[in-house]
Amino acid sequence: MIYLRLFFEFFCTGLFSVGGGLATLPFLYDMSARTGWFTTAQLADMIAVSESTPGPIGVNMATYVGYTSAGVPGAIIATLGLICPALIVIMLIAKVLEAFRQNKTIDSVFYGLRPCSVALIAAAGYLVIKLSLLNVELFQQTGEILSLFNFKAIALAAVLLALTRWVKPTKNLHPIFFIGLSALVGIILKF
Amino acid sequence: MEKLIQLFLAFSRIGVMTFGGGYAMIPMLEKELVEKKHWVSEEELLDYYAVGQCTPGIIAVNTATFVGHKIAGFWGGVFATLGVAFPSLIIILLIASVLTNFADIPAVKSAFAGIRVCVCVLIFNAVVKLWKKAVVDKATLTIFLLVFVMSVFLDMSPIFFVLVSGLCGIVITNMGGRGK
Repeated sequence: MIYLRLFFEFFCTGLFSVGGGLATLPFLYDMSARTGWFTTAQLADMIAVSESTPGPIGVNMATYVGYTSAGVPGAIIATLGLICPALIVIMLIAKVLEAFRQNKTIDSVFYGLRPCSVALIAAAGYLVIKLSLLNVELFQQTGEILSLFNFKAIALAAVLLALTRWVKPTKNLHPIFFIGLSALVGIILKF
Repeated sequence: MEKLIQLFLAFSRIGVMTFGGGYAMIPMLEKELVEKKHWVSEEELLDYYAVGQCTPGIIAVNTATFVGHKIAGFWGGVFATLGVAFPSLIIILLIASVLTNFADIPAVKSAFAGIRVCVCVLIFNAVVKLWKKAVVDKATLTIFLLVFVMSVFLDMSPIFFVLVSGLCGIVITNMGGRGK
């Protein structure tokens, strides 16, 4: 019964990976070792594919693993397994939250949580900046300060920043427009 | 029924447009849920993120369940969640069955290097916007700075930050430090 096992394995992954996407990785490595459904090399490919396709990485990984181990039904079952625990837990929390929305203590908790949330988003943004605008490894090898900056990428970022914040006609366009534009620029200028 | 279909479609759109998962989703959620549909406020989105950080499951799914539940109860949560996962399922199945070397194609690599630059800018814009809703006084500014610096330089779990910040919220409010 591979389907039942796929559901169970991904249900556990969904239940124990707290904090999103890449938190599922350690569980997948462990799954690869225990079940033999896929090798660690395949897992590395899956990560690359997940990161270069739209959608949440966790869902991408579940679909890919499910498909390679048990075809299309496997993909669907693994994905459902992954999202089930979150669905159940969040439904319960949402019920409680709605009932206690006016509660003073809950309100104080969120007063403290909101800046924390923004800080975590900013920290994630910093990681993407380090990855895409800077060449930290190259800089460590050469020691030249100029080699630290990825000028092509920084120029694109500056243009995008202007288009999304200050230029009137483009400011309110949907973010997907800028994503498409950047993909094109990336291909044309060979990023 | 119409609400459920709307939820499914809105979250499918968000699923298609999110590259890189998790936080890269925030600009899309803002545009689709806060600006276009007015389903939730910016504050509510931030609350959902914070809760999503310390509950099981991926953030995209957590947020979808929250918003769906708020708009149309239990089935709303189910439809929004299925919506956000649906595009990935189709795309990954196509790639897995047809394009086995998808991630190694040079044009794909270049396109995604470009997209990552865009994601930086979009996240930066989102932070500026959310900042106004979250950092409202000295105490919240302190929380922001501490969490940012610690999560960049120390390898600590976000769960820890969320728990401590929530606790700080209660303590600050009770000691009358709020709004100063």
